Amino acid sequence: MTGNTPTTNAITIRDLVVDYGPRRILNGINLDVPHGQIMVIMGQSGAGKSTLLRCILGLKKPTSGSIQMLGTDIATASRKEIYKARKQIGVAFQGGALFSSMSVAENIQLALHEHTDLDEKTIQIMTRIKLDMVNLLEAENLMPSELSGGMAKRAALARAIIMDPKLLFFDEPSSGLDPSTAAELDQLILTLKKGMGITIVVVTHELDSIFKIADHIAVMKDGNLILTGTPQEIIDSTNPEIQGMLNRKPRETIVDTDAHLRRLTGDF
Amino acid sequence: MECTVRSQTGFDLLELGGEVDLQFSHKLRETILGSLKTGNPLLIDMAKVSYIDSSGIASLVEGFQTAKTSKLQYGLLNISNAAMQVLTLTRLDKIFDLHSSTDQFKQKLQ
Ligand SMILES: Nc1ncnc2c1ncn2[C@@H]1O[C@H](COP(=O)(O)OP(=O)(O)O)[C@@H](O)[C@H]1O
Ligand SMILES: [Mg+2]
Repeated sequence: MTGNTPTTNAITIRDLVVDYGPRRILNGINLDVPHGQIMVIMGQSGAGKSTLLRCILGLKKPTSGSIQMLGTDIATASRKEIYKARKQIGVAFQGGALFSSMSVAENIQLALHEHTDLDEKTIQIMTRIKLDMVNLLEAENLMPSELSGGMAKRAALARAIIMDPKLLFFDEPSSGLDPSTAAELDQLILTLKKGMGITIVVVTHELDSIFKIADHIAVMKDGNLILTGTPQEIIDSTNPEIQGMLNRKPRETIVDTDAHLRRLTGDF
Repeated sequence: MECTVRSQTGFDLLELGGEVDLQFSHKLRETILGSLKTGNPLLIDMAKVSYIDSSGIASLVEGFQTAKTSKLQYGLLNISNAAMQVLTLTRLDKIFDLHSSTDQFKQKLQ
């Protein structure tokens, strides 16, 4: 706690602009991610979601604007400071595949070998604790090629949380998964939030997932954040763009019955 | 992190406090294993633990396994809600011998 600086946000983004050559990719993004909550960033392909994540992670220098992550100003931080901040975050990215030449356990404990001098026994138990959390204890000695899609995602999640991060980033976690495996992953994300108090940022356009896990939703379109709010606020939004995005899915999967009744009857 | 062993009649009491994380868990591990080497039962008082990460939990687990092999009683005392959540998440709440008073642990020693 320092002075009057608000410490309730894990991430604070102000006026973030990113250009790729002459093209403006992010057009003045403002976003707050509160501690211990799940923020879902949604929006169509090409909206700029992954670029936003890359900026937050310090992988892409913004053209202008500021990003505070766990107290570090990412846009102006030195490489060393970014490196230090990144030790407190876990990342499970699209195509962030496991190393094919290493077993599941070896993949998961990689960061511990790299960043700590913990005893081998401690590392082994930590690895098994994380494998147990993602329900993958029996796959410890398997090679990545022997895993199903859902198992590989869970292994990537175990790897992302091996250092007990304060912040966890997910880019399209359930893409390519069948609905029941995707639902399991959602459940796991919720468990991690509750049990470990992790702040989680998820980029996805799977509406089922979004409304199951999100505390807050940020909707992006063409490099702009067009709306942020709770799931209920998004559902209730009269913004035609938002309604368009929501209605592209079978209605029954997104409709909150109370909200729907209110919408139909026009009263509260 | 604070980590002090006090010798009691019939057992050792380890008072653990502060943040038990990657930086300090090896000290916890050494203290636990060192105490068990003396052949005394061990009770770990976690009342003052403000944060424990999975490297700290791993040290507690290794201690438990070592105590079991040596047939020594090994208990955890005054687990905070936060630590309990982590234990529950990893199903270790079912495995550890959890106590809310020193007397409760002493009864096990008879
Ligand atoms: N390295 C790059 N160079 C040039 N343009 C890029 C680069 N990365 C992304 N873009 C462009 O930025 C826009 C946003 O991309 P991205 O952030 O990946 O969107 P999303 O993740 O929402 O699908 C797209 O039009 C994409 O073509
Ligand atoms: Mg993307």
